[in-house]
Amino acid sequence: MSENKPGFSTLSIHAGAQPDPATGARATPIYQTTSFVFDDVDQAASLFGLQAFGNIYTRITNPTTAVLEERVAALEGGTAALATASGHAAQLGVFHTLLQPGDEFIASKKLYGGSINQFNHSFKSFGWNVIWVDADDIDSVKKAVTEKTKAVFIESLANPGGVVTDIEAMAGIAKDAGAPLIVDNTMATPYLCRPIEHGADIVVHSLTKFMGGHGNSMGGAIVDAGSFNWTESKRYPMLSEPRPEYDGMVLHETFGNFAFAIACRVLGLRDLGAAISPFNSFMLLTGIETLPLRMQKHCDNALEVAKYLSGHDKIAWVRYAGLEGDACHALQQKYMPKGAGAVFTFGLKGGYEAGVKLVSEVELFSHLANIGDTRSLIIHPASTTHRQLSDQQKTAAGAGPDVVRVSVGIEDVADIIGDLEQALAKI
Amino acid sequence: MSSTNHDSYSDEYIRGILNDVKTIAIVGASANTVRPSFFVTKYMLSKGYDVIPVNPGHAGREIAGVLTYASLADIDRPVDIVDIFRNSQAAYGVVEEALQLDPLPKAIWMQLEVRNDEAARLAEAKGIKVVMNRCPKIEYARLCGEIGWAGVSSRRISAKKPKLQQGFQRFDIGGKPPGAR
Ligand SMILES: Cc1ncc(COP(=O)(O)O)c(C=O)c1O
Repeated sequence: MSENKPGFSTLSIHAGAQPDPATGARATPIYQTTSFVFDDVDQAASLFGLQAFGNIYTRITNPTTAVLEERVAALEGGTAALATASGHAAQLGVFHTLLQPGDEFIASKKLYGGSINQFNHSFKSFGWNVIWVDADDIDSVKKAVTEKTKAVFIESLANPGGVVTDIEAMAGIAKDAGAPLIVDNTMATPYLCRPIEHGADIVVHSLTKFMGGHGNSMGGAIVDAGSFNWTESKRYPMLSEPRPEYDGMVLHETFGNFAFAIACRVLGLRDLGAAISPFNSFMLLTGIETLPLRMQKHCDNALEVAKYLSGHDKIAWVRYAGLEGDACHALQQKYMPKGAGAVFTFGLKGGYEAGVKLVSEVELFSHLANIGDTRSLIIHPASTTHRQLSDQQKTAAGAGPDVVRVSVGIEDVADIIGDLEQALAKI
Repeated sequence: MSSTNHDSYSDEYIRGILNDVKTIAIVGASANTVRPSFFVTKYMLSKGYDVIPVNPGHAGREIAGVLTYASLADIDRPVDIVDIFRNSQAAYGVVEEALQLDPLPKAIWMQLEVRNDEAARLAEAKGIKVVMNRCPKIEYARLCGEIGWAGVSSRRISAKKPKLQQGFQRFDIGGKPPGAR
């Protein structure tokens, strides 16, 4: 096919995956190997010098993982991608490439709790200083920019609240700051929203969630939009300065609009080591083939469940951007009109005790700390993930004593609602 | 006159050029092994093309194991592609030199970030195909699928098995190997 653009479902199945060149196998084979033989010494030298394309060692590249990478790049509309051991490893890889000790980055306060921990503690110990902002208050975000600002980080659809971020407004601020906008697109997936089309320079994923979709494999991804001019900026030495470990090569000059992804691979993956297993790449690829079907069903089911809960007399409030009265409904219609995702929170009138009771009484819902499974999942953050926090801190983090989070699965919606109904009746 | 759209080339157009040529003169080839022009020289050699570095400062010596010439006019055999590693302005003069060759080259290729529409019209008026702001290494690797090994999007999908070249880690874009022409 020439430069006509295949549709999203076609890409979900085919991008990156020609039949296996060695055997003709149609499904992508699992290349469960650590290393690859060289044709000869000259080819080996070319591979180590990045002059030729090819595989050396699975920490850096692997043919199964490469299919996953090209697939994710195509779905997001990026120039290139790399897969990592987890979503958190992807975030580490991005910031390792962008930041030097003493640099700052701006991040929305509304993020997955694990990312808040990663930024507040581990990243601080590297000298990478997070400046938290309220992404709903654009003026305050602008005021947070300093000459040390090297990146802006948001989630398109934020976990756990199901809050939609104004990506274009944040892209404008990042551009004025001369810094790339990084968007975590885990909760929305490119089926619902493609942040690069709204000005993102880098997209990150926890493939562990909806992309893989079956709750069976950890993985992450970094997608390069190819939009940021590292050479002109001169603020990102990993990309614009000669690299001693590659004989003085300048990565942006050499790799152009996919240099960021290459840098995350040949400096980040190579040195930090958070490579994905080829088996996980295979599992995630298989999941991605049905992403459009699953994601639409997740959204349709979630909207039904949110509507049901909104009308229930034991429920105090429901926060789902797909509901017409929701504060994020207008942003959802703009950025992800096909649906508002599968994850949302609601409050029980019965408070903490009612939350504990609900998660104990459900039968179909699994009580666990994950999202983005085919199965419906439920958690009461105040008694689990956020239990170490004070009541005040819990409420500030959106995990007050009354809050329950669900990740609505793709079972029959009548069964999902039926399960909530029987459990709520016992409160 | 050609009506080639220089903002977006079809895969067929690029593959057609790469399958129709044997010799590639790299104007502005560098002996520095981490410069993009060296990468292109080395890669296209590995794909079986007869690559000829052109660099007056390095004439008479080798780049990637092949003899370097001072100018296009000095080359002792027909040149199929003139690949230009100079800035957009300088590309015009290189195209003028290329048009003095006999036989004429089949294609003029300007590297990433290099574009000179005036020079392109000059070449196209003589029936020469033109590619601007592209890298032949990236295009070859994209069309054969090797670029996907680095996680780079080939922007292609296909249910056909890629063609293996000799060795383990070498794909082909289909068509005869350049040496067989
Ligand atoms: C939005 C978001 N980003 C990142 C992560 C981290 O991903 P992983 O668990 O794959 O490291 C998660 C995990 O819950 C998440 O929900």
